[in-house]
Amino acid sequence: MTLSFLQHYWWFIVSLLGALFVFMMFVQGGQSLAMQLAKTDEEEKYVFNSLGRKWELTFTTLVMFGGALYAAFPLFYAISFGGAYWVWMIILFTFVVQAVSYEYRTKPANLLGKKVYHIFLYINGFLGTILIGAAVATFFTGSNFAYHKITRELSWGVASDSLNLRGLEAALSFNHGALFNILFGLMLLFIVRITGALWVNNNVKNDIIRERAQKLAKVNFFILLPFLLAVLIMFVTMKGYRYNSDGIVSIVDGQYLKSLLSDGAYKLIILLIGALTFVYGVFIGAFKGERKGFWIANGGIVFVVLSIFMAAGFGNSSFYPSYADLQSSLTIENASGSFFGLKTMFYVSLAVPLVLGHIFYTWYIMRKPIAEEDVQDKHSY
Amino acid sequence: MDFLMIDWARAQFAMTIFFHFLFVPITLGMTVLVAIMESLYYKTGKEEWKKATKFWQLLLAINFAIGLATGIIHEFEFGTNWSNYSWVMGDVFGAPLAVEGIFAFFIEASFGVVSIFGWKRVSKKFHLFSTWMLAIGTNLSGFWIIVANSFMQHPTGYKLNIETARAEMTSFAEVALQPKAIDTFLHQISSSYLLGATFMITIAAYYLLKKRDIAFAKRSMAVAIPFALMNAYFLFLVGDMQAATVTQMQPTKIAAAEGLFEGMEGAPIVIGILNPNKKPGDAQTAVWGIPFPKLLSILGKHSMNAFVPGIQDLIEGNEKYGILPAAELIRRGKVAINAMNEYHKAKEEKNEQLMAENRKIFDQHSKYFGYGHLQKPEDIIPPIGVTFYTFHIMVGLGTFFMLFFVILYIRLMKGKIADGKLWLKISLFTLLMSYVATFAGWGMAEVGRQPWTVFGLLPTIKSATPIHLTNVQMTFFIFLILLGTLTFAEIKMMLKQIKLGPNKPEN
Ligand code: HDD
Ligand code: HEM
Ligand code: HEM
Repeated sequence: MTLSFLQHYWWFIVSLLGALFVFMMFVQGGQSLAMQLAKTDEEEKYVFNSLGRKWELTFTTLVMFGGALYAAFPLFYAISFGGAYWVWMIILFTFVVQAVSYEYRTKPANLLGKKVYHIFLYINGFLGTILIGAAVATFFTGSNFAYHKITRELSWGVASDSLNLRGLEAALSFNHGALFNILFGLMLLFIVRITGALWVNNNVKNDIIRERAQKLAKVNFFILLPFLLAVLIMFVTMKGYRYNSDGIVSIVDGQYLKSLLSDGAYKLIILLIGALTFVYGVFIGAFKGERKGFWIANGGIVFVVLSIFMAAGFGNSSFYPSYADLQSSLTIENASGSFFGLKTMFYVSLAVPLVLGHIFYTWYIMRKPIAEEDVQDKHSY
Repeated sequence: MDFLMIDWARAQFAMTIFFHFLFVPITLGMTVLVAIMESLYYKTGKEEWKKATKFWQLLLAINFAIGLATGIIHEFEFGTNWSNYSWVMGDVFGAPLAVEGIFAFFIEASFGVVSIFGWKRVSKKFHLFSTWMLAIGTNLSGFWIIVANSFMQHPTGYKLNIETARAEMTSFAEVALQPKAIDTFLHQISSSYLLGATFMITIAAYYLLKKRDIAFAKRSMAVAIPFALMNAYFLFLVGDMQAATVTQMQPTKIAAAEGLFEGMEGAPIVIGILNPNKKPGDAQTAVWGIPFPKLLSILGKHSMNAFVPGIQDLIEGNEKYGILPAAELIRRGKVAINAMNEYHKAKEEKNEQLMAENRKIFDQHSKYFGYGHLQKPEDIIPPIGVTFYTFHIMVGLGTFFMLFFVILYIRLMKGKIADGKLWLKISLFTLLMSYVATFAGWGMAEVGRQPWTVFGLLPTIKSATPIHLTNVQMTFFIFLILLGTLTFAEIKMMLKQIKLGPNKPEN
């Protein structure tokens, strides 16, 4: 085992967790659609109980995604979280309020009232999703930091022609990729709204709600298309950050296309397979109304996200570039933990199939769609 | 006093973990108690046990959600407020956090749903299994976070790397299985079990005093009291081990916790109050109160006449017992820091010989690296007042519990638990008391660790993110308001459910 192998392995694991997290974000998508999916109190119960049995898994996947980044690429964690302070803090707030909302929304004496908890779920659904998308987009457009390799001093906001809003500039600094970041966030939002609708179509035993879900999946699909196209075109044509074998970073035209095409273009192939599967799944789910559309479409998303993350970290791309100081840019090589640490965690990660196993199994035995009886249950949300 | 960014970050950490820990011990304790109850239902097939299980589970679910909400905050905070810490220690510290995610949180997430929503969907057996898995998952999560914390209390299994200026892991087993982690985990887990049990006892006592739901309350007492009793004693046993490890590994902490200024052989424990004007080196009494001779030596070193160093010894050194003066530690630390800087300069200049020389100096002194960042010898001592009182409060309450639960247990055995107003009234306060003991214990552990984030290795002042304090101030108040409100809501809902009781029709 070499250090380089481990760095690649861990970036792959991080990418996979990122992909699974986006898979699970159908919960956020569903939340953002709740008002349109449900018109009565009873219908609300269907929707929230269906999403509510999965929210914790999504939440945990987010924690795990963060935990893996922390353990494998601690320098990234330190710079991004410490630097882009407000982006992460706002994302955090939206998840804090989400975590209580399902459980508390209909409990007697819940202090704030059902409405407020619903608003929390919307905030998490819309704002949380867009910001996560924008944060990921900065993996390509870069951030505003410098990192001194010897004194190890981190400074944020040092580019002379830029704003410094502790991370929020990602959405406002248009000469540094804000447009791409925003479009990326919106694209993510519409993707998870589609998978959210398909989930409800899959998991609810109520024809009225299912019909609405199918319709919403269609509508959001058509809204998604222009965003998707714009992001894709920008993605393959934009300038990107590339490092050479000495670790020197430079700006290169079409870096991310190059990265997709490198190593026999396997990333591009995964991306295309994912995209086609997604479209097919939407067709099956939204247009034909079949339950399995959710699995197909969302399965496709896993591949798409996986390839995008891999394009960020592999193929000589810097995965957390700095536009303020090129040579501060983070790569999987200069931001990783030690050989020993990564190796230990490698062995730990061999147990992941076991974890996936119990997740699938419990999901499977609980798979029956939410029906009348669940909605009446005392423990229901 | 001027509050710096670092102070706001510390206050924020203390505040948010305070909220997290309002809920965590209930989760840790109650998942186990609920699993025990469900086992009783499984065995006896009695509907009453099922009802009791479901009632406690409902309260648990309300508690659980906010436990998650407050837990994720710290994971973010490590990066947002403590970025330098995360970079320097991340290689070691990140591992237990990641393992916690893989091996604990996912177990909670997947089996929790079955346990709460699966009553009608899965077999009785698999349901029981899920409930136990949830309990195991929460306890495992407690273990791994304690491993992470124990590294901060007593770093092991790492090496400082001059190249990267970071601590790098050399042995995962040494990090995960060091005695400090095991002791702390056992103490922590049993204190949470005790707290979970007092949660039940308090509520059951309320029903008994109100003369309602009597059968249910008695049933709950029958499970909770023996559990509390066992844990109270176990807690003391492990606490004693803890005291020994702390005395060995963190002499500054134990000296502060006992208000011991002048070290001695056969050191006493003094139950009393601290003289606030006492300074190292003057002739004043440090603690006014009743001394228990030799007790500290016994507790800390498991030997009557062993030497326990005092604050003064630790600052000024004590040749006889081989304690270096703090000034010397700081000097050596500065040598290490300097060697590291010189090494990197030499590396820039590609001067191999100079690199080797400095590496050698660094290796000889790296043990003291952290001390090089301190300003003056007195800095090695944590805030004495907080450390002292928190420790005494915890031990005081621990002693009280050991006595009180014996009495309750006897009353339970005699079938008299439902009468005896006085005992029930005292029982009403046991939950509050366990909270106080728990926070006191953590207050001692964490404040007593100062001035270090990682003991002897990384001072708190070197751990924070370079960011203007306004940001941290703002998030401090956002958290305070948000978590305060949600906690208030949680308590209101709990009280409502308790008022409705286990036998009321739904909602
Ligand atoms: C119900 C709560 C409770 C009770 C009754 C006790 N403790 Fe405790 N104690 C804790 C709850 C706690 C804690 C909150 O869980 C701590 C904080 C860190 C830890 O490991 O556990 C702790 C820490 C802690 C430490 C410090 C560890 C460190 O600094 O790293 C010592 C030496 C003791 N305890 C010793 C005792 C003794 C001798 C007790 C006598 C009965 C006792 N504790 C009762
Ligand atoms: C600073 C330290 C801490 C961090 C970073 C932290 C992190 C977290 C996170 C992220 C969660 C949510 C997990 C999920 O997604 O399922 C959580 C919940 C939990 N934490 Fe912590 N935690 C800390 C301190 C502690 C301590 C000291 C303990 C106990 C010994 C503890 C025990 C638990 C338990 C049992 C849960 C799950 C159940 C619940 O909701 O209460 N945590 N923690
Ligand atoms: C629930 C139990 C805990 C309580 C009540 C608690 C309490 C505190 C307090 C009061 C402080 C501020 C100390 C000071 O600056 O004077 C603090 C700091 C801190 N604690 Fe804890 N803590 C707990 C568990 C943990 C755990 C499990 C971890 C890590 C895994 C942790 C990591 C930290 C860090 C990183 C700081 C900031 C740095 C510092 O001030 O040294 N804490 N904690």
